[in-house]
Amino acid sequence: MTMNASFALQRFGLGARFDLSASDRTAMDQDPRAALKAELVPEVAKLDSPDLPSSAEALVAVMEQQKAKKAMREEIAAAAKPDIAAANQPMATAPQPTPSQPTDPSVQKMNVQRDIFLDEAQAHFNKAFTDKTGLIERLVWFWSNHFAVSVTKGQQVRATAGSFEREAIRPHVLGRFVDMLMAVEQHPTMLFYLDNRDSFGPDSKAGQRRQKGLNENLAREIMELHTLGVNGGYAQADVTSLARVITGWTFPNLSNDRAEPGKFIFNPNAHEPGAFKLLGKTYAAAGQAQGEAALHDLAFHPATARHLAFKFARHFVADEPPPNLVDKLTSNFLTKGGDLKAFTETLLTADESWDGAAKKLRQPQTYLIAASRALNLSPDRPQPLLGALKALGQPLWEPSGPNGFGDTQADWASPEGIKMRLGYASLMASQSHVAGNPSEILAQLYGDAPSPETKQAVARAESRQQGLALLLMSPEFQRC
Amino acid sequence: MLCETPSLSRRRLLGLSGSLVASAFIPHFASSAGARDPRFIAIILRGAMDGLSAVAPLGDPDYAGLHGDLALTSSGDVAGLKLDSFFSLNPAMTNFFRLFGKGQGAVIHATATGYRDRSHFDGQDVLESGYAGPGRTDSGWLNRAIAALPQGQMISPRSSLAVGSVAPLVIRGQAQTLGWAPANTPTPGDDLSRRLLDLYAHTDPLLGDLLRAGLDTQKLASGAMESMNKQDKPGDMVLAARGAAHIMAANDGPRIAALAFDGWDTHENEGGAKGRLFNLLTGLDGALAEFEQGLGESWNQTAIVVMTEFGRTAAINGTEGTDHGTGTVAFLAGGAIKGGRVIADWPGLKASALYQGRDLNPTTDLRSVLKGLLGDHLGLGQQVLSSQVFPDSASARPVLGLISA
Repeated sequence: MTMNASFALQRFGLGARFDLSASDRTAMDQDPRAALKAELVPEVAKLDSPDLPSSAEALVAVMEQQKAKKAMREEIAAAAKPDIAAANQPMATAPQPTPSQPTDPSVQKMNVQRDIFLDEAQAHFNKAFTDKTGLIERLVWFWSNHFAVSVTKGQQVRATAGSFEREAIRPHVLGRFVDMLMAVEQHPTMLFYLDNRDSFGPDSKAGQRRQKGLNENLAREIMELHTLGVNGGYAQADVTSLARVITGWTFPNLSNDRAEPGKFIFNPNAHEPGAFKLLGKTYAAAGQAQGEAALHDLAFHPATARHLAFKFARHFVADEPPPNLVDKLTSNFLTKGGDLKAFTETLLTADESWDGAAKKLRQPQTYLIAASRALNLSPDRPQPLLGALKALGQPLWEPSGPNGFGDTQADWASPEGIKMRLGYASLMASQSHVAGNPSEILAQLYGDAPSPETKQAVARAESRQQGLALLLMSPEFQRC
Repeated sequence: MLCETPSLSRRRLLGLSGSLVASAFIPHFASSAGARDPRFIAIILRGAMDGLSAVAPLGDPDYAGLHGDLALTSSGDVAGLKLDSFFSLNPAMTNFFRLFGKGQGAVIHATATGYRDRSHFDGQDVLESGYAGPGRTDSGWLNRAIAALPQGQMISPRSSLAVGSVAPLVIRGQAQTLGWAPANTPTPGDDLSRRLLDLYAHTDPLLGDLLRAGLDTQKLASGAMESMNKQDKPGDMVLAARGAAHIMAANDGPRIAALAFDGWDTHENEGGAKGRLFNLLTGLDGALAEFEQGLGESWNQTAIVVMTEFGRTAAINGTEGTDHGTGTVAFLAGGAIKGGRVIADWPGLKASALYQGRDLNPTTDLRSVLKGLLGDHLGLGQQVLSSQVFPDSASARPVLGLISA
């Protein structure tokens, strides 16, 4: 069993920072499990800044921008039409044509969703860069990817993907799964991303009036991805029932004067009336509480426990995780009622988690952030990391679907991907802000752990840059 | 730090091999009418160039025996280019040979910095920082030289130059610099790729297979465009120099700049009159020709110094290469150089004359050469040079007369 600081930081964290002190390393070497468990403080998961708008504020900004742009377009269209009334007037009395209103360039250039996205990305990267071990950030990234949204869906998601993570994920990574689930499925970003805003009870007032019906998108992904898992024992009828009980979960737009725009509301007029049977249990009509009761039961379902246990173990330990570990996590989840702190502690404590060689390949975001931490490449601007993430196939908050980014070696180990990693390794190595020669930096990051081959390759490099690039590409750095 | 968008613009690549980093201001001497308007370019060869294969002491009776299969010869199908009765130039460097012939190229042989150990990293730090020993990486000697010059107007704000946080150490420091890089994707160098493939072969075959496949694809994509060598890339040096010369040729372009070329660590299959080192020198030689052509009339006031962190063993090793050594050569080129000479206090290659029994013994302190150049070409006083630019170098007396009057 490999029980030391290097292994702990690699597998469960974001790698050693350039300023990891020898005494901290020694302390961690002595009891890496305890050192990691000591990091499990809910406070550490928080990311709040007065500069970052809430999701509601961001959505209002997006909606106001859309309104201003629409008004401008209409103005331009109106100006382009000949003024028939004016044309019929005698020339002498015709009013001087209004000088065509130049389009307000500040409105044209407005891009609040991009501005907010960049600020959120910066905060996201900075948190990972500065965090002591990165364990909490890895948890945040895991759960955020579990409840994936994608900025390609629209301006609303681009503007709020960051605040969604801050509001729905971070407060709960060491809390209860049921609370995270509820926060996610009632979050405007998810309601927009998976179309629940467009889902109407066919027999609801609004559904009748607008001749609209169900959109099952969110309900299906809740069962397939967020809770039970695709083999979790549900049927199409269950999906439809869940879709019905969460109809009316939405957020108001600007023109709604009865509710705060951009904040979750339950709209009873869109809610499908009646009781519905879901996984053999009947949920009586209860408005918002009907859907909440259904979600609550899904959150504690044994299939959910096993689904999450498998994903969690696959993410942190092995592409094909040890069955014993999955069993331990499953049973912990069920006995502790989905307490994610206990769930994480189980992962950190299990012997299986510390077994075997590091065979997983670090995902691009972990690789780039770990390299930044190792070489003190402070992310002063988010654009460089955003570009690199995109080039390496993991653009921030932009997976190709609601199933998030893949989590096995096969998802990341492509020839182009590895070649690109080397290109970025070389680039980052050239920008290192860490003093000392590459061998010293290798020892600072990994102590005595690296293989003789890696030590030799790094030591024999022809330049500091080359040595650091080899370090970043070594199996020690790439595997986790 | 990295790149901005998937299309990877230039500014993100500053600091990579071949990028140009230049002083952001034109020194005041250039702006007064009729005054000299010198240009100075420092080229760092990272990895330690084998001086004995670049400029061969064919007149030394011990040379051929020590340098074995890598040794240049005075005859044969790839004979060395005869510089004088004692030294011959690697046949790769036909342009430099021509410059040498018209008095615009000079060679300093058996030279080294004050550094006497054999770590690339420390050796490069000493070479570029200009300090007497390793451990100081806060600024480079060329930056401190720029800072000591009276600051004139800003160079033209051109799109091709960008403020970059990354520059070769030699020009890093307080004085503001701007950078430009020729490449537009972060493509790993061939030497780095080769070393990583070697590491993977022993530690991670899967990653090795993937990387090899990725690099093959890249070769297919770029193969038609550039006639690049399989192992190293002389074409990259030429392209970098072409772009750099274009930028520096402008009236309001930068006057002082630095470039670094990687790949000179020839531990195996170095080759002599052909092969890996030959290809590297072909690239360097092509880069010098690009500067000559691209700088136009400014070439007459240009001094280029080409230097490396240390030399290589006098004897070849067991893998047809050479290991880390000490004394080596520096090249001077440009219309401002008083050339046509190999400047050397030749120590000889007898076993007893070799440094620690293995390396060419350095007899000329490279700092003396640089102090002479900076003094005569840029007008920096020796006091400033010995204290600020090259601290603690008073004992390294400047080599005077390297610049034509």
